[in-house]
Amino acid sequence: MRDKTLLELSRALAAKEFSCLELTQAYLKQIETRNPILNAFISVTKELALETASAADTRRAKGEALPLLGIPISHKDILCTQGVKTTCGSKILHNFIAPYSATVVKRFEQAGMILLGKTNLDEFAMGSSNENSFYGPVKNPWDMERVPGGSSGGSAVAVAARMTPAATGTDTGGSIRQPAALTNTTGLKPTYGRVSRFGLVAFASSLDQAGPITATAEDAALLMNVMAGFDEKDSTSVDIPVPDYTQDLSKALKGKVIGIPKIFFKDLEPTMALRIEAVISAYQKMGAVVKDIDLPNVSFSVPVYYVIAPAECSSNLARYDGVRFGYRAKAPKDLYDLYTRTRAEGFGPEVKRRIMIGTYVLSSGYYDAYYLKAQKVRQLIRQDFQKAFETVDIILGPTTPTPAFKLGDKIQDPISMYLSDIYTIAVNLAGLPAISIPAGFIGHLPVGVQMIANYFKEDRLLNFAHQYQQVTDWHKKRPKETS
Amino acid sequence: MDDAEVKKISDLARLAVSENDLPLYRTQLSNIVHFVEKIASAETGGISPMAHPVSSALRMREDCITEGDERERFQSIAPSVEAGFYLVPQVIP
Repeated sequence: MRDKTLLELSRALAAKEFSCLELTQAYLKQIETRNPILNAFISVTKELALETASAADTRRAKGEALPLLGIPISHKDILCTQGVKTTCGSKILHNFIAPYSATVVKRFEQAGMILLGKTNLDEFAMGSSNENSFYGPVKNPWDMERVPGGSSGGSAVAVAARMTPAATGTDTGGSIRQPAALTNTTGLKPTYGRVSRFGLVAFASSLDQAGPITATAEDAALLMNVMAGFDEKDSTSVDIPVPDYTQDLSKALKGKVIGIPKIFFKDLEPTMALRIEAVISAYQKMGAVVKDIDLPNVSFSVPVYYVIAPAECSSNLARYDGVRFGYRAKAPKDLYDLYTRTRAEGFGPEVKRRIMIGTYVLSSGYYDAYYLKAQKVRQLIRQDFQKAFETVDIILGPTTPTPAFKLGDKIQDPISMYLSDIYTIAVNLAGLPAISIPAGFIGHLPVGVQMIANYFKEDRLLNFAHQYQQVTDWHKKRPKETS
Repeated sequence: MDDAEVKKISDLARLAVSENDLPLYRTQLSNIVHFVEKIASAETGGISPMAHPVSSALRMREDCITEGDERERFQSIAPSVEAGFYLVPQVIP
């Protein structure tokens, strides 16, 4: 039963093939077996899960018919869950139990889904390999010596290794799409403002967005039906109607125009290019038309991001001071010592680097040259995409430059790590929605294809992704359960 | 970036950096700053800065209480409290 999609699980529960409790037990058992090796979960909420699963069985028996009622889910450990630890992968929040739940978490509770646990991540979602977690790296189930990507690596691996049927992730520069690509899962980053950020612990507020990581595009659509929507508690939440994301999944793609940014293929490894070209031909067979496009300023994306994201991070992470919650340094000699030592002992190396860079680019004398300049280039990047979407329905390219790299390969060299998000970052700067879906394998390692759509066109992304998954079975491949 | 600059930034960021860690920070931060300096070559004359993807004004809401006093709940997770106050090392001698 663990291999079923959400829709299949929903139907099986309705047909009483098994109970919510049996289903939840099956996933908990898989977590017990696989998590000690893969390290995808920071917390497992076993008792809570069993209790809510039994309650879901009672509700189903009484005739409640919510489609996802009694189906398990796991949340990235950066979404606040009332009563359950939320660590953000950091020592500084090792004991933090949020006094409230994120809107996203509440929405899944209201949909009747069962929380299995909180998934591992790079500390405060800063990283592309999951090696920056205080709770240890997550292993890629396709190759234990390789990273699963990050920062939502725990969520992606939990789905890939069938420890959970679906999970939430968050994406600030590629943190849903890159791990999805490296683990053969489907990951959607919604339009900025589509999903509430209330209770999502802030890293870079103008870039962060939560989204689903699932086995299929259809599953992602089902989760989006729950997650998306206006929230008055998030001042950047957008108040426009939410479509039924499953509605357009089967729409034909004949005549749709796919834009191919030449820049994404310029230095691409031939083996990766082959995979992406195979996806393009599959769409052409479905009647889609391909058009080359220019995104002249996208080459500035990574440097622009590493000004803007650290600037916002340095401001957001100022709140961790050892006074109101979380870790506090022992025996501080004065207030300054309390602040500086709590933060030095509580944060890991990458978070500290980003706080320092952010502080530097915002400091007196440097603001115009870095932060203001980066905001202007960000505008140019948005304009490039807007121009492209005047003539194309979707933009397609690789999600990552390479398949999963080895643990330890990039951790000592921050810039080489930053460049692993070269294809995903521009999307966050512009605030657009994008999806990564399985696109085949290079050797034994999965790779992903990324599609980008115009603002609030998640339904179009899901339509394209679902259509590809109707004619291919890459997304059905599962890693072998080796130790 | 030299040692003095690293020290100044770490002070502004309220991050203690030991003398031993200074060389590594100096190298890594300099490399990152050098890397992001590429943006200087972008032609941005007449371009307005983009602070945010959503350009809507802040919403107004009814001037009424939505959540009551939750001090106890919030302070229950604090490292050190007394009589409803957060405790920190003595500030005024």
